[in-house]
Amino acid sequence: MSVRTAELVMAIFLALCSVGLMVKSAELNIGWVPERGPGSGAWPFWLSAGMLLCCLATLYRWFRGITPESRNTSLYMTSDTVVIVGISAGAILFLLAATHWIGLYASLVLFLLFYLKFIGRHSWLVTIALTIGIPIFIFCLFEWALKIPLPKAITEPLFYPIYDLMYS
Amino acid sequence: MGDILGLLGSGLLQALEPLNFAMIIIGVVLGLLVGAMPGLGSVNGVAILLPITFLVPPTAAIIFLAAIYYGAMYGGAISSITLGIPGASTAVATVFDGRPLAQKGKADKALTAAAVASFIGGTISIVLFTLFAPPLAEFALKFGPAEEFALMVLAFATFIGLGGDDIPKTIFSILIGLVLATIGLDIISGQPRLVFFDVTGFLRGINFLVLAIGIYGIGEMLWTLEQTKGEVTVHNVKLSMKEIFKDIKDVKEYIGTTSLGSALGYFVGTLPAAGATPASLMSYGLAKTFSKDPDSFGKGNVSGVAAPEAANNAASTGSMLPMITLGIPGSPTTAILLGGMIIWGLRPGPLLFTEHPEFVWGLIGSLYIANLMTLIINLLFIPLFVKILTLPFTILAPTIYILCVVGGYAPTQSMHDVWLMFLFGVMGYLLRKLNYPVAPAVLAIVLGPLAERSLRQSLLASQGDPMVFLERPISLICILIAVALVLVPVFQKIRRRQKAAADGPEQAD
Repeated sequence: MSVRTAELVMAIFLALCSVGLMVKSAELNIGWVPERGPGSGAWPFWLSAGMLLCCLATLYRWFRGITPESRNTSLYMTSDTVVIVGISAGAILFLLAATHWIGLYASLVLFLLFYLKFIGRHSWLVTIALTIGIPIFIFCLFEWALKIPLPKAITEPLFYPIYDLMYS
Repeated sequence: MGDILGLLGSGLLQALEPLNFAMIIIGVVLGLLVGAMPGLGSVNGVAILLPITFLVPPTAAIIFLAAIYYGAMYGGAISSITLGIPGASTAVATVFDGRPLAQKGKADKALTAAAVASFIGGTISIVLFTLFAPPLAEFALKFGPAEEFALMVLAFATFIGLGGDDIPKTIFSILIGLVLATIGLDIISGQPRLVFFDVTGFLRGINFLVLAIGIYGIGEMLWTLEQTKGEVTVHNVKLSMKEIFKDIKDVKEYIGTTSLGSALGYFVGTLPAAGATPASLMSYGLAKTFSKDPDSFGKGNVSGVAAPEAANNAASTGSMLPMITLGIPGSPTTAILLGGMIIWGLRPGPLLFTEHPEFVWGLIGSLYIANLMTLIINLLFIPLFVKILTLPFTILAPTIYILCVVGGYAPTQSMHDVWLMFLFGVMGYLLRKLNYPVAPAVLAIVLGPLAERSLRQSLLASQGDPMVFLERPISLICILIAVALVLVPVFQKIRRRQKAAADGPEQAD
């Protein structure tokens, strides 16, 4: 996909989002409520209407070829970029999805293992040190110092002995 | 004046308390690292590390974040000089002369000049800040909702007039930030708003950190990976303490233009859309204009390194002035600081000076200390920072991603927000590739609830008459300046067209 096409697709997509937001805001009162001022939907409604106008302006500028992006026929994403960005985004996606299932800590270990060993091609020593070290650091900082429990899902029972140590 | 000195004294003492002083040192070191890493700047560091500050009281937290901000401004120069790529956009102008100096084997000279100039810029701007902040805050105490709203309109107008980005895209970015801020319970009627697909997570609203970490953490890393393909090469730097002390004496070569650039940087920094990057470019231009030897600029003139570095530090302090006194952030980084203050339970704005003087003066005091500490740490550990720059991206990137995910989860403890953060990160990256500016959206989501409240309160008081914004003098002035700012690009365009027409058709295209 060229930058030119991407500009058009993005503007249309954002225009549709703006319309969606307008419709959603209009479910609330967008007029004047006596004694209470503007209804609760008024502010988001008119903001979304403004977003729509901006998208229409971008579309108009696309047709006239005013924005540099609308004249740029080079690739929006080269194959190199797709690989490097795609792998990162995919890895985070996996990290988040797996957190729901096996908890954050187990997911972190898999995420780091994948990133350090298969993308970074670091030695096993570096990989294992960081794969163990980073989750421990996160645990100490958040669970122990900040008292913010991070999601553990089915791995929760594994942490019971640590809780016993922490809270005894 | 005596008042100010007394308050400043207590602020300095507060900044030297063990916890606060430790926060300054840690913040400065982290800031130097974040600033030195290509692609990451102060805003990324502050956004990613804000969740960690819940560990300490608000004063220590803001001192920590301000120290990161400060350190990052110094640190940006390190990669500009040794790698030839700016460590942050604010250090772009430092590359112009820093790179040639490094290629000539004089990297030490450039690094020392950058550090000393940053110190000069920092000092001048903090003194200006100390003098300007209290009277401005006192003046702002008279502001009602109408003035507050007009001031926010003015802040957003600076993005349109001075941001230099595509105008419809800039306005879109502002508006979407404001709309995202409306999600959740309506602040006045308590009605749920924009709860998409009845997902209960939206009832809590979207925390500004979710957008900020998404855009400045995940989005920025994806962007940096694309730009550098994960590869960097470092210039060799040989440094000894003796060299550094010899280089410090060069200060007389650039002190004049540097001081001028610092003052300029400070005032440019107070404008929300302008900030450190344009300030450093303007300061560079100024130094070149006033130089006896302008041709040597771009080929390795020390003044060309000193001028932008002084200005970007001065601008970072400048951008705190409207944040502390008016509650309007002067840069994306201060927008995040402002959001942090709201989380800590403080109400940013003029009342801060009377209600929480220990917070304000502790922050101001810490700036003086942070400025000095950054200079010392920077000069002592330059070789170490250069070494860290060679840290492979395949270690840095996953570490940052993990901090983003955990940092996105911590404030609300819901995976819903983490998913949103990921979505914003990817969207922010894709939009940025099409030249949609993302900073206005972050500023807007922080200011959104305040803007809506002041608008609705003003309209309620005036029975729905929008003239209320034009009847009160201060708000009228703000609105007029805002209109003028929005018209600037229009006039520029007309003048360009007229000029093209006057130059004759053969030059018109």
